[in-house]
Amino acid sequence: MTMANNTASQTETPVFYLKEEHHPETGTMLGFWIYLMSDCLIFAILFATHGVLGRNYAAGPSPADLFDLELVAINTSMLLFSSITYGFAMLQMEKGKIAGTQLWLAITGLFGIAFVGLELYEFHHLWSIGATPMRSGFLSAFYTLVATHGLHVTFGIIWLVTLMVQVSQRGLIPENKRRLMCLSMFWHFLDVVWIGVFSVVYLLGVLG
Amino acid sequence: MFSNPDLLHFIFGRLSIDSIPMFHEPIVAVTFAAVVLGGLVVVGALTYFRLWGYLWNEWITSIDHKKIGIMYIILAIVMLLRGFADALMMRAQQAIAFGDVAGYLPPDHYDQIFTAHGVIMIFFVAMPLVTGLMNFVVPLQIGARDVAFPFLNNFSFWMTTCGAVLIMASLFVGEFAKTGWLAYPPLSDIVYSPGVGVDYYIWALQIAGVGTLLSGVNLIVTIVKMRAPGMSMMKMPVFTWTSLCTNILIVAAFPVLTAVLVLLGLDRYADTNFFTNDLGGNAMMYINLIWIWGHPEVYILILPAFGVFSEVVSTFCRKRLFGYSSMVYATVVITILSYIVWLHHFFTMGSGASVNAFFGITTMIISIPTGAKVFNWLFTMYKGRISFDVPMLWTIGFMLTFVIGGMTGVMLAVPPADFVLHNSLFLIAHFHNVIIGGVVFGMFAGIVYWFPKAFGFKLDEFWGKMSFWLWTIGFYFAFMPLYVLGLMGVTRRMSHFDDPSLQIWFVIAAFGAVLIAGGIGSFLMSIVVAVINREKLRDETGDPWGGRTLEWSTSSPPPAYNFAFTPVVHELDAWADMKKRGFVRPTSGFIDIHMPKNTGAGFILAAISLVLGFALVWHIWWLAAVSFIVLVVGAIAHTFNYDRDYHIPADEVVKTEDERTALLAKQQA
Repeated sequence: MTMANNTASQTETPVFYLKEEHHPETGTMLGFWIYLMSDCLIFAILFATHGVLGRNYAAGPSPADLFDLELVAINTSMLLFSSITYGFAMLQMEKGKIAGTQLWLAITGLFGIAFVGLELYEFHHLWSIGATPMRSGFLSAFYTLVATHGLHVTFGIIWLVTLMVQVSQRGLIPENKRRLMCLSMFWHFLDVVWIGVFSVVYLLGVLG
Repeated sequence: MFSNPDLLHFIFGRLSIDSIPMFHEPIVAVTFAAVVLGGLVVVGALTYFRLWGYLWNEWITSIDHKKIGIMYIILAIVMLLRGFADALMMRAQQAIAFGDVAGYLPPDHYDQIFTAHGVIMIFFVAMPLVTGLMNFVVPLQIGARDVAFPFLNNFSFWMTTCGAVLIMASLFVGEFAKTGWLAYPPLSDIVYSPGVGVDYYIWALQIAGVGTLLSGVNLIVTIVKMRAPGMSMMKMPVFTWTSLCTNILIVAAFPVLTAVLVLLGLDRYADTNFFTNDLGGNAMMYINLIWIWGHPEVYILILPAFGVFSEVVSTFCRKRLFGYSSMVYATVVITILSYIVWLHHFFTMGSGASVNAFFGITTMIISIPTGAKVFNWLFTMYKGRISFDVPMLWTIGFMLTFVIGGMTGVMLAVPPADFVLHNSLFLIAHFHNVIIGGVVFGMFAGIVYWFPKAFGFKLDEFWGKMSFWLWTIGFYFAFMPLYVLGLMGVTRRMSHFDDPSLQIWFVIAAFGAVLIAGGIGSFLMSIVVAVINREKLRDETGDPWGGRTLEWSTSSPPPAYNFAFTPVVHELDAWADMKKRGFVRPTSGFIDIHMPKNTGAGFILAAISLVLGFALVWHIWWLAAVSFIVLVVGAIAHTFNYDRDYHIPADEVVKTEDERTALLAKQQA
C-alpha cells in the first residue's frame, strides 16, 4: 500500500501553481511591530547613554536637586490613563461604534496633551533655574531621553487627530481599523518606555 | 537693504559666495564644469527624446520592486565612479608626496577626500548594491508579486538617493568632513570641526538611514509573510536566507547609528555635552555606539554577497548546494555573533586585558561559520560540472581573495598583534581585502548573473572577463603593498611621507588602482557592448543559465506581476524540481491580478527631506522650519489617499502570456 502510494506520487505531476488569486496574509502588523522594535533600540541607546553619563553632574545640579516626584507621578498617571482610554476606544472599534471610538480617542488625546504640557512645564522650570541641557553630561542625557519620548507622544497626538478625521470621513473601514491598531501599539509602546524613564531617570535618580 | 548682514544671514544662514570652493580650487572647478556639462547633456537628451513623462511614470513613481532594485544599482554605479575618483586621487597623492615634494593635494583637501571615499563607498555604493539586488531578486525568488510595502520601498529608495545628493552637494557647496568616515569626537565636535563638513555627513547619513531602515523592515515582512505556498523556511533559496539575516541586522543596527548621530548633532547644534571633553561628556560612548552599529554593518554587506555566491556556485556547477542547512545555520550564527565583536575596532583604547580577550575570542569564533561556508562552496564545486561563466569567475576570485582577507582579519583579532597593527595600512589592506574581495566581487557576480533576468539579454562576456581579471590583478597590486607597508608601521590617512624608501610600494599600489580603473571601465563596456548587441545576446527562455530557483521560471524581463499564477513549492531549488518533474507552463485560465498603484509621494517627501537637510547644514532656520512643516503635512496628506491599488485585467495577462508562449514555441522550433 505504502509502496503503491509512493510510486503514484512519483509519476503524477504535482500541483506547481495556484489557479486562484493568492492572498498572502497582510504584513502591516508585523512590519509595524518590527519598526517599533527598532524604535525601542533608539530608546535603548538613550537609556545606555543616560546610564553612562547620568552621574556626570560637572559640579552642577543632581536629580535630587531638580526633580519633583509628585509632579512626575501626576504626569505618569496621565500617560497610564491614556493607555486605558485608548484600550476603551479599541473595544468600541471592535463593536463597530464610531461615536464611542471617537469619544475615547478624544479623551486619550486630551490625556496625551496633559502629559506633554506637564513635561513642558517641568522643562521650563528646570531651564529657569539654570539646569539646561548644556550644563552637564547628566542633563544632556536627561533632556534627550525625556524629550525624545515627549516628541514621540506629540507625534502620536498628531497621528491620533489625523485618524479621528479619517474615521469621521470614512468610518471604521478595514484600512482605518488597521491604522487604529498600529497607533494602539505605538501608544502602549510609549507607555512602556515611559515606565522605564520614570523608574530609571526619576526614581533611581532621586532615591537611588 | 541687501547689504544688511543680519538679513542676509537670516536668509542664507552660513551660506555665502565664499562657501563655494570652485572659485578658489581648480580641481573642484573642473569637476563642477564636467558635472554641469554632463547634466546638461542628460537633461537635453531627455527633453529632446521627450522622455520626462516616461521617466516620471515608469521609473520615478514606480513601486515595482524590480525597477526600484535596478534604480538602486544605477545609483550605486554612479556613486562608485565618484568614490573611485577619490581613491585614484589618494593613490596619486601618496605615490608622489615624499620628502620635499608636497604632492598636489593640500592636507585640508586630502582629509576630505579620504572621508568622502569611505562614506560614499560604504553608504552609497555597497549599501545600494546590496539593497538593490535584494529588492530585485527576493520577491522573485519567493514567488511574490511585489514587496510587502511597495510605497515604502519607493520612498526608501528616494531617501537613499537624496542622502547621496546631499553628499555630492558638499563637493560644490561648502566642504565635506575631514574626520575620517566614522567622524570620531572630539575631532568631529563643533570646537574642532566648526565648518559644515560634519553637518553634511550627519544629515546625509540620517536621510539615507531612514531609507535603509524602512527597506529593512519591508524586506523582512516580505520574506516572512509573502513566500509562495509550500516554501517553508528551510526551502528558501540561500540568497533569500542571507537577505533575511541582513535585513534583521539592518533593523537591529541602523537605529543605533541614527541615535548616535542625533547625539553628535545635538553636541554640534545645541551645545550639549555627550562627547565633549569637559562638563561630563564621554567620547568613548561615541566610539562604542558607532561600532555597535559598525560591526553588524560589515555583515549587512557581506551576507548578501555570500548568498549570491551560493546561488552562483550551485547553478554553474549544475548541483544542489552542498550543505544547505549548514549554510543557513552558519548565516544565522554570523548574524548573532556580529553583535558581540564590536570592541575589536578599538582594542587600544583602554578597555583592559579581560575585555579585549573576550572580544578577541568572539572575533576569532566568527571565522568558524565563515570557514564552514567556504568549505560548502568548495564541496559544491567538487565533482560538479563547472562552467566558467563570468559570475563563476567572480566566485572563484572571491574564494581565493576572501580567504586571505579573512586570515589577516584573524591576525588583527589577536589583541597583542592589534596593538602593533592598529591604525596602520595593514588594517586598510585587510578591510579592502574583504570588502573588495567579498562584497564587490559578490555584487559583480550578482549583477552579471541576474542581468539577463532584469533586461532579457546577457552582458558581454569578453568585457565581463576583462573586468574580472583587471579587478582581481589590480586588487592584488593595489593592496598587497599596503600589507607590507602596514607591517613596517606606516599609519593610515597620511598625505605626505618623509622616508623615500617607502615610495616604491605606493607606486605599485597606484599602478594597481589604475588596473582597477580598467576593471570598472571594462564593466561599463560590458553593459554598453551588450546593449548594442542585445539581439544577439537575447535570452527568450527566461532561464539562460539553467537556474534552480523560482526567478528563472518566469520570463526575462518578468512582467509587472512577476508570475501569472502563484507558484507552489515542494522542494528546495523549486525551479530545478519543477523542470525535473515535468512542469508544464499554464497557457490559459488567467485571472485579474491585484497590484499596487504608482505614486509620486515617495519622491516628493524625499525631495523635501533633502531641502530640510540642506537647510540644517547651512543653519538656514526659516527654510528648515518650513520644509519640516511641509514634510509632516505632506506625509499626513499622503495617508488620505486610500486609492492605492488596481487590477491588471485578465485580458492583459492573457496578451502578455501569449507573447511568451509564442516566444517559447519559437525556441522549440
